[in-house]
Amino acid sequence: MSNATSAHSVVEPSARSKRIAGIIVVIYAICTMVPLAWIFMTSFKSPPDSISYPPKLTFTPTLEGYCNLFTTRTRQTTEYIQSLGPPTSTCDEITRGRNMVIAGPSNYWPRFTNSMVIAFGSTFLAVFLGTLAAYGFSRFRIPLADDLLFFILSTRMMPPIAVAIPIYLMYRELGLSDTALGMILLYTAVNVSLAVWLLKGFIDEIPREYEEAAMIDGYSRMQAFWKVVLPQATTGIAATAIFCLIFAWNEYAFAVLLTSGEAQTAPPFIPTIIGEGGMDWPAVAAGTTIFLVPILVFTILLRKQLLRGITFGAVRK
Amino acid sequence: MTDTDTTLLEKAADRATGLTPAPLAKRIGGLSDRAIAWLFITPTIALLLAINIFPLIWAVRLSFTNYRANRPNAVLENVGVQNYQRVLTDSDIWIAMQTTAHFVFWTILLQTLIGFTLAYLIDRKFRGHAFWTTVILIPMMLSPAVVGNFWRFLYQPQIGLFNYIVSFTTGVPPSSFEMLGSVSLAPWSIIIVDTWMWTPYVMLICLAGLRSIPDYIYEAAEVDRASAWRQFWSITIPMALPFIMLAVLFRGIENFKMFDMVMLLTGGGPGSTTEVASITLKREAFESWRTGRASSFAIILFVAVFGLANIYVKALNKVKQR
Repeated sequence: MSNATSAHSVVEPSARSKRIAGIIVVIYAICTMVPLAWIFMTSFKSPPDSISYPPKLTFTPTLEGYCNLFTTRTRQTTEYIQSLGPPTSTCDEITRGRNMVIAGPSNYWPRFTNSMVIAFGSTFLAVFLGTLAAYGFSRFRIPLADDLLFFILSTRMMPPIAVAIPIYLMYRELGLSDTALGMILLYTAVNVSLAVWLLKGFIDEIPREYEEAAMIDGYSRMQAFWKVVLPQATTGIAATAIFCLIFAWNEYAFAVLLTSGEAQTAPPFIPTIIGEGGMDWPAVAAGTTIFLVPILVFTILLRKQLLRGITFGAVRK
Repeated sequence: MTDTDTTLLEKAADRATGLTPAPLAKRIGGLSDRAIAWLFITPTIALLLAINIFPLIWAVRLSFTNYRANRPNAVLENVGVQNYQRVLTDSDIWIAMQTTAHFVFWTILLQTLIGFTLAYLIDRKFRGHAFWTTVILIPMMLSPAVVGNFWRFLYQPQIGLFNYIVSFTTGVPPSSFEMLGSVSLAPWSIIIVDTWMWTPYVMLICLAGLRSIPDYIYEAAEVDRASAWRQFWSITIPMALPFIMLAVLFRGIENFKMFDMVMLLTGGGPGSTTEVASITLKREAFESWRTGRASSFAIILFVAVFGLANIYVKALNKVKQR
């Protein structure tokens, strides 16, 4: 009998070992989440609550951090504030409570939209070019294909700072420095290597017979690609797009070196949020929270494709 | 004469069309496969040449000059290999390389140990393992710069959660240690954050490795009455090794280039205790504006990463073949 149970335990671990494994993993997962949860909580604290010691677990939630993030404020006298009439928004109310008035919108929103424009623009381009190239590499005999593919991969090995110097000079010559277009092209170039590798894997898995059948029915190669292969590759294309998006969304090194104002994205901007008397941590936390939400959603959507994406498809799951 | 020629030509053309099957004719009517292949691949290659290779060649050229990006109109002087000599004999740069190596070593060691352990436990397939795996994966999807920034908050000596938890559990007063400001702790503050962020990555690859081991091998081992310990060392580890090595390769390359997190956490300080290669490079290029010398350092770095990665991949392939 002991033999039977032990033979069984090979494939299926015992209930006890499962439980222990589960407890350890859950403890680790919760520890991992503590910093994120803390940032989320901080974004709803008032500035004094955020810097109290010992750290406060219970506090009265306020939207002050978000309000500080999206507006710039100036300190005013009580008399002046009283002369203003009733507050027009929640944000207005919060600011007036601290003897301040809203002077205008802050820089966060333009930075956030820059992030959106650059991330989505470069993702679209990278996926578009990547799909074409991946199809080319997957279906046609191309001289030195392996070398070309390795060359495409090797462009990822360079430290960003190393290429940043000449790109900085090149962009200065071309008038592309600190423009969204320049950043889109740059991120496209960085992402296209990932896109080609990933999509080649996905397209390799679509049987060639489909296109051949379509071509025998009278489709041209282009029509077969457009009407047969692309619909089959939709899942792969979507997964690739999300990976490109996450990279472009998170990138910092190029952004901090090549943009200063106009085209600056959120990652280099968030650390520069300063309130009166040092860092305005609730505002920083609010900016971080808003910035992280899309990524959290994508992580959940993407969990099955994750492995392929982060390893350039070198490992399949 | 022209008469016969045209008829001959016409005949030949007729024969050619007659011989060509319909789908092929269609293909020729549109674009040939060859044309499509090049049409599809050229834009990508062109973009990479323009934004990766051209700058790299430019960097190589600059590395032999005394160019300074803040004085674009100065006369460009060829200085030969002087920049390379300066870089290779500069003790600051060697210290930065040592710091980088130190980071790469510790982060990889910790991430592999923790990551593999987690993967091994998750592979037990306890109830809800899929959900908890997703939770664990979240840190690696975040922006290293933003992560660095909010960990700076957690590390604040007077208000930070990290210091509070450490002093709560160990009894050391929180004001007596400053994670980011002390020479001995600053490197560890970065190693902790990097491990927090990238352990999931290693875990994911290890998990794929563990899942790739077929069950029948364990069944055979069980028949041979191999102990659990023996099975672990003779089956699990060797079979998962190529995957672990792949994770180490990817993390190694990434951490060699580490920039954003260090920049946001310590900015290379205190002093230059956490100044990794990328930070030195940035300082040389964008603060000292010694563009030529910075370029030569960049080339040396690239060759080093490229060379090491190639040697490593050879070793990896050997392990795979075993």
